[in-house]
Order: sequence, then structure tokens, then C-alpha cells
Amino acid sequence: MRIFEKLWTEWLLAIGFLREGKTQTLMITIGVAVGVAVIVFVSALIQGLQANVIDRTLGTQAHIRLLQPDEENLLAPVADNTVQFVFEDKRAQRLRSINNWQQIVTALDQRAELTAVSPMVSGPALVLRGDAIESVALVGVTLERYQNIVPLQDYLVSGRLSIGADDVLIGAQLAEELGVLVGSKIRLDTGQQFSRVVNIAGIFELGVRELDARYIYLDLRQAQSMLGLVGGVTVIDLRVLDIFTAETIAQRIGRLTGLKSESWIATNAQLMNALSAQSVSTNMIIVFVGISVAFGIASVLSVSVVQRTREIGILRATGAKQGQILRVFLLQGALFGLLGSVVGVLTSYALVAMFNSFGPGLFYIPVPPSLIAAAVALATITGVFAAAIPARRAAQLDPVVAIRYV
Amino acid sequence: MSKPTEIMRLEGLRKSYNIGMPNEVEVLHGIDLTLAADDFAALVGPSGSGKSTLLNIMGLLDQPTAGELYVQGRPTRNMSDQQRTELRGETLGFVFQFHHLIQAFSAIDNVLMPLMLQHGKPKPAARERARELLAAVGLEKYMQRKPNELSGGQQQRVAIARALATNPALLLADEPTGNLDTKSAEDVFALFRKIQAERHCAVLIVTHDPRLSASCDKTINLVDGSIVDAPISDSH
Repeated sequence: MRIFEKLWTEWLLAIGFLREGKTQTLMITIGVAVGVAVIVFVSALIQGLQANVIDRTLGTQAHIRLLQPDEENLLAPVADNTVQFVFEDKRAQRLRSINNWQQIVTALDQRAELTAVSPMVSGPALVLRGDAIESVALVGVTLERYQNIVPLQDYLVSGRLSIGADDVLIGAQLAEELGVLVGSKIRLDTGQQFSRVVNIAGIFELGVRELDARYIYLDLRQAQSMLGLVGGVTVIDLRVLDIFTAETIAQRIGRLTGLKSESWIATNAQLMNALSAQSVSTNMIIVFVGISVAFGIASVLSVSVVQRTREIGILRATGAKQGQILRVFLLQGALFGLLGSVVGVLTSYALVAMFNSFGPGLFYIPVPPSLIAAAVALATITGVFAAAIPARRAAQLDPVVAIRYV
Repeated sequence: MSKPTEIMRLEGLRKSYNIGMPNEVEVLHGIDLTLAADDFAALVGPSGSGKSTLLNIMGLLDQPTAGELYVQGRPTRNMSDQQRTELRGETLGFVFQFHHLIQAFSAIDNVLMPLMLQHGKPKPAARERARELLAAVGLEKYMQRKPNELSGGQQQRVAIARALATNPALLLADEPTGNLDTKSAEDVFALFRKIQAERHCAVLIVTHDPRLSASCDKTINLVDGSIVDAPISDSH
């Protein structure tokens, strides 16, 4: 350790001064520790919370959805030097298939940034059982592809994961409203003069009420024929590697395919807003706690410089250079930061452990090692910077005056 | 006997305070003085005569307004703070009235301090030297004690050992016995004598005590910022 070798005397003095001023050292260490504990705990809490919210949100939806663009009215071109007033009724959007979806899926399968591609056909239907009628969304998928988007297996509460040959999966909420169990029969009507009795193979619970009350998964082919879109799909679901790049990838794929491309970031704009507002407020807390820690260190060292004026004078008279005095006080600042942050990190560990075992149990907070390393490094650097002004003052003391200071 | 080498020479040294202000005052009015390698001198004078100012300048802690100070023949006027600190560390040792030890460190670490400030982590030879110096001032039993566990006289002897750590050519002592009882004062004075004889180190003691100055080989009388009636030099 060259730095210890070179700064040996400065270390010795800094540590000696800290040990001599035990009460001061203890108090500022506690001050720094409280600050660091708050920073680490709040950061871990917010990171855990956000990861949990994103996890739950994305657990039941695709990162990107590709849709056929809306149909628009075609207008006759306007002749030169004329003005045209148009009263336009927007067109009703009928269910249409994505053109050339097989080629698009094959092409998307090749892209490295996508981890899953799942074509599906989705449309409205009514489900009838006895006198009960519920409106539902039929979702026709290929199970092995769709499992990579939403792991239905994990959400299954009863029955088995099977679609095709008249087997369907329905949401738990819907099952309750219809009073059906696994093995019950229901009639599906799509309003296309097409109605069919299907068998409930499994019941799932995604944890999102809207979906659990409306979704019915069935085989892609069967859904195609029931919705009158034989051979067609209406949506291609995608999953990406890094969820926060979803928007950029969505835009790129939208341009490549000419389809309407929606990322989860765009469809959950409010959630994203809430998350970034939360991040901003967390950062504000970190910055302000950091500033107050810095001022705490600076004020303790300022007092210490005054208290040690005479000793600084003696050191100067016995051959200490200005730089050495400066470094002694900078090191004290660094040591305050280091000591305080180590204690603070241990405290925050205890807080997190308590939260995880005795807290509301809504989610689990991990404490990543990178957060700890960052907190310790940041506190130490803050200590050095906070010490800058008092250290400079100590170094610039006139030895003649300092030595006579009582 | 050959002429002993000169270690410090002052030429026309002046010092003013509050320069350029209405209360400008000149404290030293052109001091000429030479100290040789084996001098044992006393600097005496009433309060306010400029003794401390002169000692600070000779100790390279303060700078003169005019004139030149030569340390072992080297002019010091245009040196940077860093250079003066280095020269001070190499050639001068200080003993102050209030012994001024660093409270956080043991006696031996205080003695080692000047060496550590110059060279970093002390080598075994340096530790051996510190031990030997503490033995020379009669404190071999108290090496690990903190200053507040020592008596005033003992603390002053630690301070003397510290001043000798770098093997200085000149020891500057500011009222070294002013704060001690008569017995301790005599012991400390005897110690200075022994050091000068055994280590060939010049000693300059600032003192109020006429008995002390009478026991020195040479007396420098400072009155109102000028040296008067002294055998070495007289600016008036």
C-alpha cells in the first residue's frame, strides 16, 4: 500500500487526533451513520418497490405490442389554390388481420434484442351459461410461444395448462361469476353467427382484476375461426431483454414493419410518471441528507482546527509542511465519512432485515452490494470535500500566531 | 584552536508590523548578529524589546521586513514556505516555554515527530535514536507515557529530546524554564549545557532569568529592538 507508506505520518496524526477527540468523533460518526443509513435504506426501499411494481405490471403483459394500423378515410387531393373543408367521420375499426404476419414473425425471431415473439388473435365475445351472460375477450395463442410472454403456468390456480380441441383457460374472477369449475362447459358466442361449447381446462389468476374477469385463452386456430379471421392474427406480442429500452425498440420495429407499435412504457405512461417522480424525490432526499452530512463534518472539523491551533503551530515549527497539515485534516474528513458510512450501512442492513421479516410483507427489499459500495465511497469522498475548507484554514495558519494560541 | 564555523548570521535585520497603515511600527531596528557552531548564548531583554520576534525570525517561522538571515551561509530571504520549512526541519530545533507536546501521542512518538514529518514511517534506527535521546534527558522509563501523565519538567525534557531528534545545528529555546520550579529549571539548564558539550550543538536561550543568562557563555542584550552593549555586535 504505497499511499499508506507515503502518508504514514499524516495517517498517524489524523488517527491520533480522532482518538483524542473521542466524543467529537463519536458524535459525528453517529451523525454520518444516520445520514448514510437513511440514504441506503430509502434507496433500497425504493429500488425494491419499483422492481416489484414493474415486475407485477410486466408479469401479465407484453413489453411491446404490434397492431395493424388504424383504418383511415382516404381524401381526394386538394386542387391548387383552393381550400377544402372536410367533415369527417372517423371509421369504425373492425377486426383485421396483420398483413404478412408469418413473415414478420419470422423476421422478428431473428432479432437479438427480442427474447420472445408471440402472434395472437384477440377479439370480443359473449360467454353464456344458463341465463348468465358475460362479455369477454378471446385470446387465441400458441402456448409454447405465449408462455415466453406471460408464464401462464405460474398463474394457474386449478386444472391444467391446455388449450386446443375445445379446451380453454379462463380467469378466476370470470369463473366465480359464472359459477364454473374446471371441467365445466360454457358457450362462447362471437356474434358472427358462430357459437361453440367449450370445456374449461384450467383457471388462472393473473392478479389484475380486469384480466381475471375478462380473459379466455384458447387455441390460435380455434379463435381465428370463431372471430372470422381464418389464418390471421391481430396482435404480435414481444418481450425485450432490457425493459427500459422498450420504447426505442418499439419505435424501431414500428418503422421496420409499418405496424402500430406500442411499448409498455407508452401504455403505462402514468406508472412511468409515478416511478420517475419517486426517483426524483428519492434523489432529492439523498442530496439533501448528503449536504447536511457534509456540513456536519465541516463544522466539527472547523471546531477541531480552532482547538488544535497550538498543536498545528508546534507541528509547523517541528518541520510540518503546509501540505502535510492540509492532508491531516482531509484524512480526518475522509475517516469521518468512512467510519460513519460503515456504521450506517450496518444500521441500514438491520433496518432492511427488520422490514423484510416484520414489515407489512408486501414485497422484499434486496440490498445490492453495489449500493453499499457506492454509499461508502460517496460518504468518504463527501468527507474529503467537506474537510477542504477547514483543512485549508489549518494549513494557512501562521505558525508564529498559532504557537502562542492558548 | 581553529575558529569555529558560523551557523547563523543576521545582517541589518529589520521587522515592522502593520506596514502601510497609520499604526505602522518597527520592532527590530537593524540587527547584526553572528552565532558560531559551539555558542551557548542567552538573549535577554525586557518585555516588548522584540525578543520573541527576533527568535521567530531566527527560527524561520517569521520573515524580516528588511535585511538578510543566513543559515549555514545560505541566504533565506527569497525562500518559499516549503524551502524554509525544510531548512528549519534540518538545522533547527525548538523548545518553547509551555513545552508544547502533541497530547495525543506518547513521549517517544513526540520525539519521533520531526523525523516522521520529514521521512514518513520511522525506521528501527530512528526509533533507536529517539530512545537514546529520551535516555539522555533521563526519561527512559517514561517513553510510552502521554504528556498529561508527565510532570512539567519531564514534559520540557521530552520537548528538548524532540528538538534534538533531527540532530540540529542550533537549538532555539524560548523561556524554556519560565514555567518550571527552581529545581526543575536547574535540571533543564544543566541539560542544555550537556547537550551543547556532547552534541556540538549551538544553543540560544531567550530568558528573563538573570542567573540563567549569567551562566551562559555569552549574553545578547536586546533593548527596544536594538542590540546594546553586547560583545558580538552593536548596531548603535
